[in-house]
Formats: sequence, structure tokens, C-alpha cells
Amino acid sequence: MTALPPYARTLGILLADQADPTASPLLQMPPADPLFGRPGFIHGGALSGLLELAGIAAARHAFGTDPVTFKPIGMTVDFLRGATPTDTFARGRIVRNGARIAALEIHAWQEDEARPVAGARMNLSLRRGG
Amino acid sequence: MGDRADPAANPAFDPVRLAHLLSGLGHNRLLGLTYVAHGAEGFDLRLPYADALVGDPETGILASGPIVALMDMASSMAIWTRYGDFTPLATLDLRVDYLRPARAGCDVIGRAICYRLTRRIAFVRGQAHDGDPDDPVAHIAGTFMFTDAA
Repeated sequence: MTALPPYARTLGILLADQADPTASPLLQMPPADPLFGRPGFIHGGALSGLLELAGIAAARHAFGTDPVTFKPIGMTVDFLRGATPTDTFARGRIVRNGARIAALEIHAWQEDEARPVAGARMNLSLRRGG
Repeated sequence: MGDRADPAANPAFDPVRLAHLLSGLGHNRLLGLTYVAHGAEGFDLRLPYADALVGDPETGILASGPIVALMDMASSMAIWTRYGDFTPLATLDLRVDYLRPARAGCDVIGRAICYRLTRRIAFVRGQAHDGDPDDPVAHIAGTFMFTDAA
């Protein structure tokens, strides 16, 4: 089970149900006034927060019961479309689960997963063995 | 592609007033972003420490998302200040390197500078620190698009 931190609750992010329970966690961010940036659009910072949380959830999912602690090294976010006031979803994918580094790709979308509103790449520095 | 207008597009433009106005809206208000200073060195905003923004409850360390939001807003302010007027902007991409975790309980100051403006695109870089500008917590680089440009 993935526990989300206080920041996730502040953004109103939930773990969404998905058909395949073995897939990386699917995060859902319902629209709310405190998430808005320029008029009529979700703030890039809130989208970045959603992407970051989905990336970390995907990493924890991939590590499973392995004793791994990690720190984010960096993240690059591409804002692909204006995100309108509707539900935004995000899911991460671990691209490289190495001994010292994990690389993740994360996408966020609204109505259509094939039309992402933002994407990110994130690197984590790992410490294995608890 | 030509450079965006210099001299100032609007002599009545007041970046401090704009920063105060935007701080009271939407996501900036949730985070409590406030104006600190601006000048040739960049545009500085403050992100107050808040338990609601913690990304790791065991350590009390802030999540990275609020720092991205801080730097996004500081970058936008730096662009409008250099341009000399408010004009609609959208973030294209933002890279953040986390140099070290921000200390629990400490406010974070973000400083962004717009080092190049073209007709369509603004280029920014910046740093965030939690007390000592010479010991930053994050470094950023980004590009923004003027959404009114042809």
C-alpha cells in the first residue's frame, strides 16, 4: 500500500482505482481553486507536485519489499498542454532500477491518456539494504 | 526572432504590486508565496515553511513540488520585470536539480533571473536557498512561452 505525504493531501491527491492492481499507482488530482495558476488553468507547480508524487509512488511500487531509501536528485518537467479545471491523472514508470540510481518517466493527463498535459523525468539516488 | 521590446513596454508597470496581487491568488496563495526583493540579481520570493507541504513526514523535509511552484512564480516575475509589463506566459519546461534537502522548519527563498528574451520565448535560471544564498537547496533552468506571440 502506498501512503501519500501531507503535501499530497494539501493538493487533494488521491490514489485512484485501476483495472490492473499490479500496475504503478495511479494518482488523481481533482480540480480546486488552490491549484490554479493563470486564469482557467492548473498551476505548473501543482502539476509538478502531482508528477513528483506519482514518480515516487512508482519507485516505491517497483522496490516492493526491498529495503531501499532514496533521495530525489533532479526532475525535468515538460508542460505539453494547458491543464483545465478537471481531474488530472498521473502515473510513473521505472525506466532503470539500478544499484545506485533509479530513473523514472511520469505522465499526467486529463480526459485522454494519449494526450498528456505534462511529462517528467526524475532521477533518484538509492541506498539499498535499509 | 527578435528580442522582446526594450525599453520598458509599460512605464506604469509595477512588479512589486503585481507580485503582491498574484501572491493572493490560487496556488500561490495556498503556498503563501510572498515578495522579498528584486533587482539586477534577480527576483526573490519566499516560500514559508508549512507542515502541509511536507513530503517526508519522518524528517519534516518539504516536498519538491512547492519549490518548483516557488521557482515557477519567481521565474515569471523575473520575465515580466525584464520585459517591463505583464503579458500572458506559459511554462514550457523546467529542470530542477535538488542539491540538498531544505532544512525542516526553514523558509525557502527562490531567486530567478531572466537572462534572455525573444519574441516568443523567455529563458530563466535560478536558485533556491533556506537561509544562506551560498548554500542553495536547488538549482533550476527553464523556458517560458509568450502565449500572445504569433
